[in-house]
Amino acid sequence: MGLIGESGSGKSTLSRIILGLENPERGTVMIEGKPISLWIKHNQGSMSVVFQDYYSSVNPQFSIRSIIAEPLIAIGDVENLDERIDALLTKVALPHSTIHKYPHELSGGQLQRVCIARAIATKPKFLVLDEAISSLDVSIQAQILDLLCNLQKEMNMTYLFVSHDLQAVAHICKRIIFLCKGKIVEELASDQLNEAQSSYAKKLLHSVMHFHSPNDTIRREKVTLE
Amino acid sequence: MSLLEIKNLSVNNLRTGQQIIHDLSFSLHENRCLCIVGESGSGKSMTAKAILGLTSPWLQVNGEVLFKGMNLIEQSNATMRKVRGQKICMILQDAMTAFDPLSTIGKQMIETLRENLVMNKTEAKELAITALQSVQIYEPEQVLKKYPHQLSGGMLQRVMISIVMVIKPDIIIADEPTTALDSINQREVVEQFKKLLAVNHVSMIFISHDLSVVQYLADDVLVMKDGKCVELGEASKILSTPSHSFTKFLIDTRVGLSQSFQQSMSGGEAIVLES
Repeated sequence: MGLIGESGSGKSTLSRIILGLENPERGTVMIEGKPISLWIKHNQGSMSVVFQDYYSSVNPQFSIRSIIAEPLIAIGDVENLDERIDALLTKVALPHSTIHKYPHELSGGQLQRVCIARAIATKPKFLVLDEAISSLDVSIQAQILDLLCNLQKEMNMTYLFVSHDLQAVAHICKRIIFLCKGKIVEELASDQLNEAQSSYAKKLLHSVMHFHSPNDTIRREKVTLE
Repeated sequence: MSLLEIKNLSVNNLRTGQQIIHDLSFSLHENRCLCIVGESGSGKSMTAKAILGLTSPWLQVNGEVLFKGMNLIEQSNATMRKVRGQKICMILQDAMTAFDPLSTIGKQMIETLRENLVMNKTEAKELAITALQSVQIYEPEQVLKKYPHQLSGGMLQRVMISIVMVIKPDIIIADEPTTALDSINQREVVEQFKKLLAVNHVSMIFISHDLSVVQYLADDVLVMKDGKCVELGEASKILSTPSHSFTKFLIDTRVGLSQSFQQSMSGGEAIVLES
């Protein structure tokens, strides 16, 4: 599920509430029929998050091995730790030698893969990706998106993909929720974006800048924004 | 006419011996927009910093950066401060860190405007309000009272752009100014840059990895990889028929990432959208 909104729309606040990191003033958040704080207590490790800023998401003094091991140690699940860390690195297409490295030695894309490995270490049911690819180069974004797609299918996870990047969201999500000034204004299937009803969603969708390549087979006429 | 000429620019890290920028040469012509394209680590931001004398002390900058008869590399700090404040202004990538967290936006805007333009506090405040309105910030008086941490990254970016817009420098160097913005804000900010080029006749170096923005704004394109120039020339030519394989790779990835979205927007077939 994609959550799209501009900066200041409340999407990060919403994802923090869902993660149990902040409390709403009114209303409830239920996961699998349970209020969120109770669900998190009974399902340790079942919800994970990957943030936008990979460098501040990791302890710079930890080796990559320690970074990935941290959540497993936290929930007391330490059997065959080294093997499992190796398996996780393979899952995110990083070489075994990465375990000895430190965050500053890795590129953005590599470090984000480490953060993803850490997030899936506890085999979560639910993964919140809060602008997880926004700080990466376009070519790396494409690779990470493909990785996330594969992991989702392989591990049967549910994703909440929070982003301001419509094209990335359309690439990976089945459904998209549009958030505007803290309110949900539209929900669409990602392959039916042309059926948007709300004026905000329409404006957002039509404002996406399109790269015109000479091989464009899909032709769109210029849209005048109201 | 060449407004800014970069000749054989190189940047070396004296600590590690690593060469970060290799023998880079290009020109910025008057009232043209040159986009520098490349991935992170390609040297695009470093090039901008080298032009403005903002590189760290352990980085050695060689070559020539010719602006109005001066080689900027040889100028004193005092001269460069004046150049940076009034003639060649930079809009940074990370708006959040550009602001003093302990001062209100209003105080910082007024201070910057008075530092670089001749005016009193009242005039500066009025200009600040006009500036904010021009970047679609609709409650400017409220925003002036806020502290940087109270505004979103996107809003801070727009505040920064608005300051530069009212200073009206000869050259604007914008380093990934729209990267953190959503489509609507990005479109509006990009249109503002377009307006600046058309109406104010400013010249621009626009650094971006987003090829769709580059295609919209650029007259000329410089593609960088590993600190070197890989391709340089007119944007329309390079983006439609790139010669270098790396440029082709960047274009292919951009197109690939947009496919699902584009297909969905046209309902899977070619349609005409009307206003």
